[in-house]
Amino acid sequence: MELTGAEILIRCLQEEQVEYVFGYPGGAVLFIYDALFQQDKVKHVLVRHEQAAVHAADGYARSSDRVGVALVTSGPGVTNAVTGIATAYMDSTPMVVISGQVPTGAIGEDAFQEVDAVGITRPCVKHNFLVKDVKDIAPTIKKAFYLARSGRPGPVLVDIPKDVSNHKTTFEYPASVAIRSYHPVGKGDSGQIRHAAQMLLEAKRPMIYAGGGVVLSDASAQLADLVRLLDFPCTNTLMGLGGFPASDRHFVGMLGMHGTYEANMAMQHCDVLLAVGARFDDRVIGNVEHFAEVPRRIIHIDIDPSSIAKRVKVDLPIVGDVKLVLDELLDVLRGSRQIPSVSDMSAWWKQVDEWRAAGGRMCYRNSSEIIKPQFVIEKLHEITGGEAFITTDVGQHQMWAAQYYKFDQPRHWVTSGGLGTMGFGLPAAMGVQMVNPGATVACVTGEGSIQMNIQELSTCKQFHLPIKIIALNNGYLGMVRQWQEFFHGNRYSETYMDALPDFVKLAEAYGHVGMRIEKPADVEAALKEAFARKDDLVFMDFRTDPTENVYPMVPGGKGLSQIILSEEL
Amino acid sequence: MRHIISLLMENEAGALSRVAGLFSARGYNIESLSVAPTEDPTLSRMTIVTSGSDAVIEQINKQLNKLVDVAALIDLSEGEHLERELMLVKVRAEGDAREELKRMADTFRGRIIDTADHTYTIELTGSCAELDSLLEKIGRELILETVRTGASGIGRGDRILKL
Ligand SMILES: Cc1cc2nc3c(=O)[nH]c(=O)nc-3n(C[C@H](O)[C@H](O)[C@H](O)COP(=O)(O)OP(=O)(O)OC[C@H]3O[C@@H](n4cnc5c(N)ncnc54)[C@H](O)[C@@H]3O)c2cc1C
Ligand SMILES: Cc1ncc(C[n+]2csc(CCOP(=O)(O)OP(=O)(O)O)c2C)c(N)n1
Ligand SMILES: [Mg+2]
Repeated sequence: MELTGAEILIRCLQEEQVEYVFGYPGGAVLFIYDALFQQDKVKHVLVRHEQAAVHAADGYARSSDRVGVALVTSGPGVTNAVTGIATAYMDSTPMVVISGQVPTGAIGEDAFQEVDAVGITRPCVKHNFLVKDVKDIAPTIKKAFYLARSGRPGPVLVDIPKDVSNHKTTFEYPASVAIRSYHPVGKGDSGQIRHAAQMLLEAKRPMIYAGGGVVLSDASAQLADLVRLLDFPCTNTLMGLGGFPASDRHFVGMLGMHGTYEANMAMQHCDVLLAVGARFDDRVIGNVEHFAEVPRRIIHIDIDPSSIAKRVKVDLPIVGDVKLVLDELLDVLRGSRQIPSVSDMSAWWKQVDEWRAAGGRMCYRNSSEIIKPQFVIEKLHEITGGEAFITTDVGQHQMWAAQYYKFDQPRHWVTSGGLGTMGFGLPAAMGVQMVNPGATVACVTGEGSIQMNIQELSTCKQFHLPIKIIALNNGYLGMVRQWQEFFHGNRYSETYMDALPDFVKLAEAYGHVGMRIEKPADVEAALKEAFARKDDLVFMDFRTDPTENVYPMVPGGKGLSQIILSEEL
Repeated sequence: MRHIISLLMENEAGALSRVAGLFSARGYNIESLSVAPTEDPTLSRMTIVTSGSDAVIEQINKQLNKLVDVAALIDLSEGEHLERELMLVKVRAEGDAREELKRMADTFRGRIIDTADHTYTIELTGSCAELDSLLEKIGRELILETVRTGASGIGRGDRILKL
């Protein structure tokens, strides 16, 4: 029997076990929406803006082991989706975005709602396709899912002209897929791995620096085994949080611009550095020359060769999947009779602990007058037992969430690290809640960021998503204000937002519960009340100290040991 | 340092713009780029001449390899290779200059493929440097038009780039 392109597309999604598609209809995808309507296996979540559809698919993928799927129409549908696609690309989220296109005959004629979707998204997708023949739909969708989830994951866009979605052909979903020009690596080179084991065993001041690749590879268990076996200190990047349990004594906290003193000092002064699924981002190692001043040997495990030796010289590259490489490395280490030198290790730990003491851990001065944002996150951690899924927007609140919510499990921390997209938090939380029904999901946000996708409160109502929104409302675009305070002579150019809405009334207008919390003494009770409302979305407007800054801080362009610890210093 | 990179990629709409886009987006130099289908019409062979520090060249190779459409890649400058470029140059050829230009073309083993009352069109194949040096010999005043294909490269002997 022959099916239309649209029907074939939906059948493909069913074959891929897609449960939810996040999307928004329009002219070019009418046939696709019609096909969606006539079945009930693939469910559709109607968002209020295409950017949110993509962020929701992103949150869905990050908090599970699945590929996120978004569906948008041509022209403005695609351009609205671009921010979401670029966000997913920077953080390597597996995702398939399907976009409608004008009919093949109209392409290139500046047709109504025509944009060159493949051209516009080319620099921010892992790959993209324009499907010109209905026969190509099934093989292309098969390839798209394969590309999205294999190797270094990423978003893949499939652009389908309207006429193609209405042409007919027989449907057959390919059983397997092979792309002759694409061969993601799996296992690492055994010789290199043995070499790495030796280097680690001989280290005097070792450090393990683990990033988002550990989470993407689902290799937390292997990482924990490795760290405990070797008794080495371990740090996580912002993207890696939860990849190693924060409550483990080997954990020295996050590193980088807003990382702990001990993590940054250990990173700077180690003699052997094992980088695992992390890409030496500029927010992480600061000034490259300063980082290179202390000689150290670097072992770098990454599935993407282009992540290796991009910003720093690497002595021992291992291209492969973190999980497979760590499994093999663990075998080698367990089979070895050697162990790291006990005296070197105790001297190194003594040094690390001294840094820990000097950095004072993460500390802030609490107040009984005004709510400190850090205090809210500490209480949030306590009340949710550290078990919640946390999404964030971008700014100071994001850093405080990273610093004070101690993640013990992977895939519970969902934040836009690479692109730093304000407006990510709420729609991402929708995706997280859809794929983890019944779980506690909180979105930590700022009064600036939340307004970038506030319309999604309506989607949350329609789909009964009981997300808890923790708005740390400091009245400022705080992260930018902080830079203006530090580096631009306190000239707060356009970082104060006058005329903020009444968030409580706004939440109520959307059919949710709103709470305003103004006193430190009320924080705990309010959080308890909100989280007790299992079925409601609660918008919590915490009025926090507008002058609070994020510490520690390695100023942009500075080296890791040039870290500012607090106001007093 | 100057590098000449050769690659095989899917002969598909958009593949070329992925390569060109990569160079502009990441700020890599591109001196010339030449591309055409191979004996297998589903594959195109591309030659890129670029320059940069060792670290930049390493990234260029890795980033190109990462493109899903790129099937195989070789940095020809890392070993023995041949490099040829085709040039068509139209020159003003009047009076005494006609003889002189003909001699010049001969010395470079170029051919005059079109003669008109006032012009010659010379065809020359050679290394980029040889082409440059013919142009220099002729001189800017006489040159009316220059068309160059950009370099094509191939490994010597057993150095073969094939799927
Ligand atoms: C306001 C703000 C402040 C920030 N401050 C900090 C900060 O203080 N500290 C910090 O760390 N970050 C900070 N960031 C985030 C930063 O910008 C980067 O996003 C982040 O550091 C990158 O993390 P990562 O190195 O773990 O790489 P990711 O972006 O998570 O990349 C993952 C790496 O792992 C590889 N990989 C993927 N899958 C696999 C696999 N299966 N096997 C092997 N390898 C794999 C990929 O190829 C890639 O190289 C900040 C961001 C913002 C917005
Ligand atoms: C879409 C987008 N625009 C601009 C920025 C630059 N930016 C980074 S943080 C920030 C301030 C965010 O303010 P708010 O959401 O109130 O968070 P706060 O820092 O106050 O906690 C801005 C404007 C960005 N990251 N994303
Ligand atoms: Mg704010």
